[in-house]
Amino acid sequence: MADVDSIGDLLEYVTDRIGPALVEAKVKNGELTLHVERDQIVKVLAFLRDDPNCQFKQLMDIAGVDYPERERRFDVVYNLLSLTGNMRVRVIVETDEETPVASAVELFSSAGWFEREAWDLYGIFFSGHPDLRRILTDYGFEGHPLRKDFPLTGYVEVRYDDEQKRVVYEPVKLTQEFRTFDFLSPWEGMTQQLPGDEKANVVPPNAPTTPVPGSKP
Amino acid sequence: MTDTQIKNFTLNFGPQHPAAHGVLRLVLELDGEIIDRADPHIGLLHRGTEKLIEYKSYLQAVPYFDRLDYVAPQNQEHAFALAVERLTGMAVPPRAQYIRVLYAEIGRILNHILNITAYAMDVGAMTPMLWGFEHRELLMEFCERASGARLHMAYFRPGGVAADIPQKLLDDIDAWADTYTQFIDDLESLLTENRIFKQRTVDIGVVSADEAVDWGFSGPNLRASGFAWDLRKSQPYDVYAQMDFDIPIGKNGDCYDRYLVRVYEMRESLKIIKQCVAQMPQGAVTVDDNKFAPPKRREMKHSMEALIHHFKLYTEGYHVPAGSTYTVVEAPKGEFGVYLIADGTNKPYRCKIRAPGFAHLQALDMMSRGHMLADVVANIGSLDIVFGEIDR
Repeated sequence: MADVDSIGDLLEYVTDRIGPALVEAKVKNGELTLHVERDQIVKVLAFLRDDPNCQFKQLMDIAGVDYPERERRFDVVYNLLSLTGNMRVRVIVETDEETPVASAVELFSSAGWFEREAWDLYGIFFSGHPDLRRILTDYGFEGHPLRKDFPLTGYVEVRYDDEQKRVVYEPVKLTQEFRTFDFLSPWEGMTQQLPGDEKANVVPPNAPTTPVPGSKP
Repeated sequence: MTDTQIKNFTLNFGPQHPAAHGVLRLVLELDGEIIDRADPHIGLLHRGTEKLIEYKSYLQAVPYFDRLDYVAPQNQEHAFALAVERLTGMAVPPRAQYIRVLYAEIGRILNHILNITAYAMDVGAMTPMLWGFEHRELLMEFCERASGARLHMAYFRPGGVAADIPQKLLDDIDAWADTYTQFIDDLESLLTENRIFKQRTVDIGVVSADEAVDWGFSGPNLRASGFAWDLRKSQPYDVYAQMDFDIPIGKNGDCYDRYLVRVYEMRESLKIIKQCVAQMPQGAVTVDDNKFAPPKRREMKHSMEALIHHFKLYTEGYHVPAGSTYTVVEAPKGEFGVYLIADGTNKPYRCKIRAPGFAHLQALDMMSRGHMLADVVANIGSLDIVFGEIDR
């Protein structure tokens, strides 16, 4: 049995053992991240949980992340904790709107609600989940609110209607347009040309070479 | 005798119920008075905190963390501050670290007072609640004296704390800590050996060690099942590594053990508070870098540079280098984690909040099966759930 004491050892050990399922493994800020093939996720999680050197017996969190510009837009991030080894590992798989990810409920009971949350907020589908209902949003809610293309204000608002004596749903009406300010400083964030600055870097074809001040011609 | 058809009875519990600790709606399937299935419906307090944070600068995100677990707000801020510090590599001065640990422990006591006393009221004891709130008020006064707000402090900022605290405040906290031991003794005299309290809690909602691990338990609930696991010890942050305190653990993992663990944790928190006050170093309370922390008001009257820094910090905010981190703290309820993804701009790309209560409430179904209806109330109380953090 190999000694796995530090994150570096763990990285080596895991790379060695789950080899082909691994897309990328790296340690940054002292945190180990494993990018894994989607269809291997259950296998990898089972290995991390049951291997005597890993013992990641606690699934602390599952997070969805949305990158709309990517072909497979979603990341599913599993944060695991080993109580015996006092180590954490992050496992990431990529998926899109259609492709389901195999559910981890069989391995970790805590995955149940975490996966429901990812389904609710991102629309990531988990196959084999016993009870994949919405969890945080309203009854009868439509859409997946944490996607980047879902507006911050949402689509419907609720209020109590005194005449109908019930709560009614209406399209969002904003008295003032929702404003997003571009706070990115041109000094740091600007990569393109500033308006009016088109000629700044253009050298005229037959410009006289400017003499360097202080040098003799 | 004729055969009678017995059907399961479905009962709706909450969302407006004093024992639901907020807006929990439980759909209970009952066989007589025995629970067959408990299905918690959550999300009635969902405010979209994670989405909102994606549209705010890093400094503007801090107050959202107060409003998660509003019983102990500062502990949540702590996790976010540590996450941003890890990504930017800020070095927090020692005095700020001590102040943060001091107030994190005050937050822990704030939380445990509310939980223990409200839990006692759920199972029939009125007095602890009335006694406990007096001390909660005293503690919130300390919060007010440090930050200006009793509850939502917005005090732990990335890079340190918002403002320095005077020596008189430290002395008062120290004096209060001396009187508080007596309160814990009084509280225990009401509950610990109380026959009714024990009848309602001993052997109720037993969670074995394996179950606790499987269901992602953390904090006092995990320790009550027999794990000596505390992030303050095992993965220490700020100055917890220099603090001398013990981790109380339970043996049986029932409701009574979860109560006991919290009581003993308050005693340990007092130890930490005492040590913080005694060892409190002098010096700055924010990182010495005007790219992250605002300059002094006095400097701004004279220095153009300082004025520009101030303006830039409160409009654009600071840029956090691209990267991701999962940073955790031992919040009073358990492991509170922030999974922060920065993309190099002034706003977080993604901020996933890992609330301990979310995992704990999930296990309610497993804990309540086979118990009586009244035991569900004891289970909810002992899990220590607050809907601000579960629904986010």
